[in-house]
Amino acid sequence: MKKTRLNSNHKKLNGKMVEFFGWELPLEYSGIVNEHLAVRKKAGLFDVSHMGEIQITGSQALDYIQYLTPNNAAHVNAERAQYSALTTPEGTFIDDLLIYLLEENKYLLVVNAANVEKDFKWVSSHTKGFDVDVKNLSDKYSQIAIQGPKALEILKPLTDVGLEEMKAFRVDFGTVAGIEAMVSRTGYTGEDGFEVYTKSNNPGKIWDALLEQGKNAGIQPVGLGARDTLRLEACLMLYGNDIDNTTTVLEAGLRWLVKFKKGEFLGREALLTQKKEGLKRRLIGFELQGRGIARSHYPVYIKGEKVAEVTSGTFSPYLKKSIGLAYLPIEYTEKGTEFEIGIRDRRVKTRVVPIPFYKRNY
Amino acid sequence: MYPEDYYYTKNHEWLKIEGNKAIVGITDFAQKQMGDVVYVELPEIGAKLKFHKSFGVIESVKAVSDIYSPVSGEVTEVNEDLNDAPEILNEDPHKKGWVIKLTIEDKSELEKLMSLSDYEKFLEGLED
Repeated sequence: MKKTRLNSNHKKLNGKMVEFFGWELPLEYSGIVNEHLAVRKKAGLFDVSHMGEIQITGSQALDYIQYLTPNNAAHVNAERAQYSALTTPEGTFIDDLLIYLLEENKYLLVVNAANVEKDFKWVSSHTKGFDVDVKNLSDKYSQIAIQGPKALEILKPLTDVGLEEMKAFRVDFGTVAGIEAMVSRTGYTGEDGFEVYTKSNNPGKIWDALLEQGKNAGIQPVGLGARDTLRLEACLMLYGNDIDNTTTVLEAGLRWLVKFKKGEFLGREALLTQKKEGLKRRLIGFELQGRGIARSHYPVYIKGEKVAEVTSGTFSPYLKKSIGLAYLPIEYTEKGTEFEIGIRDRRVKTRVVPIPFYKRNY
Repeated sequence: MYPEDYYYTKNHEWLKIEGNKAIVGITDFAQKQMGDVVYVELPEIGAKLKFHKSFGVIESVKAVSDIYSPVSGEVTEVNEDLNDAPEILNEDPHKKGWVIKLTIEDKSELEKLMSLSDYEKFLEGLED
C-alpha cells in the first residue's frame, strides 16, 4: 500500500486507516458525523496527498489543454485555477480535475487518485501535433486541505499568501509554516477553505502547524468518510459514482463548464448534438421520504420499473436526512417528482429535490 | 466495559438471560466499528428467529450491518426507542441500546456462545 508523507501523523491521531485505491488513508478519526459537523461549523483538516498531479509543459501547453477539456482554459492564469474535465470524443468523462498555471507554459492538472494512471496515459497519448511534454508528478506533491468557516483565520497567521483578498478558485504561491507551497481557495466540502500543495518532503510541518493553530477554533482532522458526506451534501461529483465514461458532462448537470464557443475540443461534437437533441436523462438529487439510507447502486423504480441506480447516497449529517443522486429519465427530473428506491426488500418513497442539498450562507 | 454475565458472539452481539427470556444487543466493539448509527430495522413482534440468522439491520453513516440472532426463539419485544433515537446504540450499547427480547427455544444453543473471557480473547485476536 502506498503511504502519503502524513501517514505517521494520521496514526498518531488514531486515524482508522483503510485502503483507498492503493493508498493507506484515514477513514475517520473521531467519527464521521463529528468530523463532518466540525467542517460545517468550525474547520477540518484533510490529507488529500493521494490526489494525482500531471504536469503539462511546452509552447502549446494551453492549446493542448483546450483540446482535452471542455472549459475555457484560456482563463487559467497565475492567479486563477479552474474546474474542468478530461472528456472522451463521446462527451463522457475520463476524469474531472482542477487546472493550475505554475509558470508560463507550465500547467498542473490535479486529478483523482483512482484515475492517475489512466489519466496520465490519456494525456500522454493525444499529444500528436502539439509541442508539449507530459509528466506524472503525483509522487512529488503532498496536498493538505483546510476547510470550514474558520479556515481563513487559522491559515492566515501561518502564511505570507494574501488570503483575505483571494476569491474562490484563486491561487497564489508563498510559504505555509515556513514551507514553500501553492495555496488555492478551493475544496471538496461546500465550505470556504483552502488547498495547500507542496513538493516539500516535510508536509507534516504544515499539518501540525495548522492543527496547533486551529486548536482554539475547534479544528478537527477529517477522514475519507466525512470527505464523502461533505461533498455529497454540496453535490460535488465523485468520479466512479456520479460521473464516469458512460455519463456525459451535460447529463451530469455540468453545462456551465462546457464552452462551445472556445473552439474544438474532445467531445465537442457529441455534446453539441446532445444539446440540440435534448437530454434523455439527467442527474438529480433526491430525498428519501421513508426510513433507510439509499446507497450507491441501490435500484431506482418508476411505476414499478427499474430505471436506474443510485450513484451516491448517504445519511446527511448536517440535514439529518437521507439524500442521494441518480440519473433519471428526463420526464421525471422535475422537482417534487416521486419515485421509489429499493432498500433490501422494501420500496421506499423518494422525491426529487433541488441541488445542492447544502449551500453555505456566508 | 463488557458485562460479566452476558453471552457473546463472533459477530459481536450480546445476549443476556432474563428469566426464561433473552435480551439481545450489539457490543461496544460492534458500535465502534459501525460508527454513527442512524437507522435500525427491527423485526416484528412474534417473528420466529433462527440461530445465527439475520433478524434486523443497522444502518450507520458508513455502512449497513446485519444483526444475527444468537439463539433460536420468538421475538416478544423490540426496543422502540431505537426508532426515535438510534444513537443510543452508540451511547449505551450494552444496556439502553438493547435491540430485542426473545424466548429461548433451545437452551443448548447457549453453549455455542462465548463467555466474557472468551470474547475478550477473541477481540484481542482481532485488534492488530
